[in-house]
Amino acid sequence: MPFSCNTVGALVLRYVFLYTRHPVRFVELIFWPLVDLLVWGFLTIYLQKQGPAGLPSTITFLIGGMILWDVLFRSQQGVAISFLEDVWTRNLLNVFVAPVRTIEYVAATCLVGVLRVGVTLIVLTGVAALAYHFHLADLGIVLLPFLANLMLFGWFLGMVSTALIMRWGQAAESLAWAVPFFIQPLAAVFYPVSVLPVWLQPIANSLPCTPIFEGMRAVLAGHPVPWHQLGYAFTLNLVWGALAAWFFAANLRYVRKTGLLVKVATQ
Amino acid sequence: MTPILEADRLVKVFGATSALDGLSFTVAPGESLGLLGVNGAGKTTAMNLLLGLTTPTSGTVRIFGLDLWKHRIEILRQINFSSAYTSLPSNLLVWQNLTVFARLYRVPRPKQRIDALIELLDISHLRKAVTGKLSAGESTRVNLAKALLNKPRLLLLDEPTASLDPDIADRVRKLLRHLQAQDGLSILYTSHNMRDIEEVCDRLVFLHGGKVLTEGTPGEVQARFNRTSLEDFFIGVARGEIDAIGLP
Ligand SMILES: Nc1ncnc2c1ncn2[C@@H]1O[C@H](COP(=O)(O)OP(=O)(O)O)[C@@H](O)[C@H]1O
Ligand SMILES: [Mg+2]
Repeated sequence: MPFSCNTVGALVLRYVFLYTRHPVRFVELIFWPLVDLLVWGFLTIYLQKQGPAGLPSTITFLIGGMILWDVLFRSQQGVAISFLEDVWTRNLLNVFVAPVRTIEYVAATCLVGVLRVGVTLIVLTGVAALAYHFHLADLGIVLLPFLANLMLFGWFLGMVSTALIMRWGQAAESLAWAVPFFIQPLAAVFYPVSVLPVWLQPIANSLPCTPIFEGMRAVLAGHPVPWHQLGYAFTLNLVWGALAAWFFAANLRYVRKTGLLVKVATQ
Repeated sequence: MTPILEADRLVKVFGATSALDGLSFTVAPGESLGLLGVNGAGKTTAMNLLLGLTTPTSGTVRIFGLDLWKHRIEILRQINFSSAYTSLPSNLLVWQNLTVFARLYRVPRPKQRIDALIELLDISHLRKAVTGKLSAGESTRVNLAKALLNKPRLLLLDEPTASLDPDIADRVRKLLRHLQAQDGLSILYTSHNMRDIEEVCDRLVFLHGGKVLTEGTPGEVQARFNRTSLEDFFIGVARGEIDAIGLP
């Protein structure tokens, strides 16, 4: 498939200009995750002090869950907000009449997702280590495939969000923030899948992030790295990736047919 | 000679609305063609089909002799577009926006090209301005600079002078004329401003109800319908005094 890194680079340059011109944009990347971290951090401390004897050491998985969830969320946001940025500034048509392949456009939004995740992750891991003695790096080398899988799933959810906004217009903008939270209750971020009602468990197990959060808790509890869980997560990601690409392409075809692409771009 | 652009029996149906009903026309190399018509005639729909933003219900578009949907990227590299309905990202500086698009179009030596265009469009004072704070006239000129970055062989303009004051509109028309003469640029221009069409276009296609009502030079069209001016002809169509049945 033809693909140009120069084109992706040019699209990313636009966001580099945006973020360096408006440093206030970084506040959004740092402020909310920090607030979250403080809540879960202090809850963890409280539980460690007050909770029953069985709890202590491994209860830090709440902080780990929060940070890893944020990786997924920021990655999804990178994709969806980049698209919205083009809608808000009425720039979408300029991009769509430029020699930009759809895959290059999507790749650029994914790359912006990676950059956003990078900023948030550095801040969160730093503060968690200083304030709560929680060291994400203690997870070891397995942290990398954990992060990679969450990032991938974030991209795919971002593509689904973007496709929905293209189709339903600015009225559906809030989906950019809502889509990840639709799945959060099922994603086993802060509790194991086993606490979910039995009929919900298969749905939870079809999300690529679920085995990652389960795996993180296992490793924090001192169990060996569940490589088979990772393989399972990656396989699910391949399926989700294919479905998200199909969904995105189908919606793009639909909005080109109905004229909604132009509408969302010029409203 | 192969036409630069060939629209062949374009049909576009949106639900119950038929926006284009078998539209065919061509643009010759170096020609400036105006798409004229009352509001709702189908000008913007035609433009969007030609740009690949909307897919036709039926019919084909060939640009430089190539099928649009088979060679979309290759074609888009050599054409460009500007409209009163789009803008460059408002939160960036003018030079930043032009730099991003110069790279998207793989303009060789982008800095020199941007400098030359800024000069040509008389906007050097706006280089470091925030794009979102430009006046309508300034913004149109910056959009045009973007549209000329890749030295397009074909320029598509959807109501480029809408919202411009007469002075700036006049300057834009003269510039387009100049580029056409100097670089052999082909232009497709939609407008409901007669002045635009008379000054910029060699030939016009008058759209009505999604198809061609008549075409020719502005002089030919007004003579054909015994009208005193193009504007008079336009009003005649808008008020239903002229329709396809009344064609001589
Ligand atoms: N996306 C769309 N969905 C439904 N109807 C549309 C859409 N776009 C255009 N139309 C209709 O098609 C017709 C032609 O519109 P348009 O091409 O915008 O005309 P013009 O640019 O000549 O004013 C109008 O009746 C318009 O309402
Ligand atoms: Mg129009």
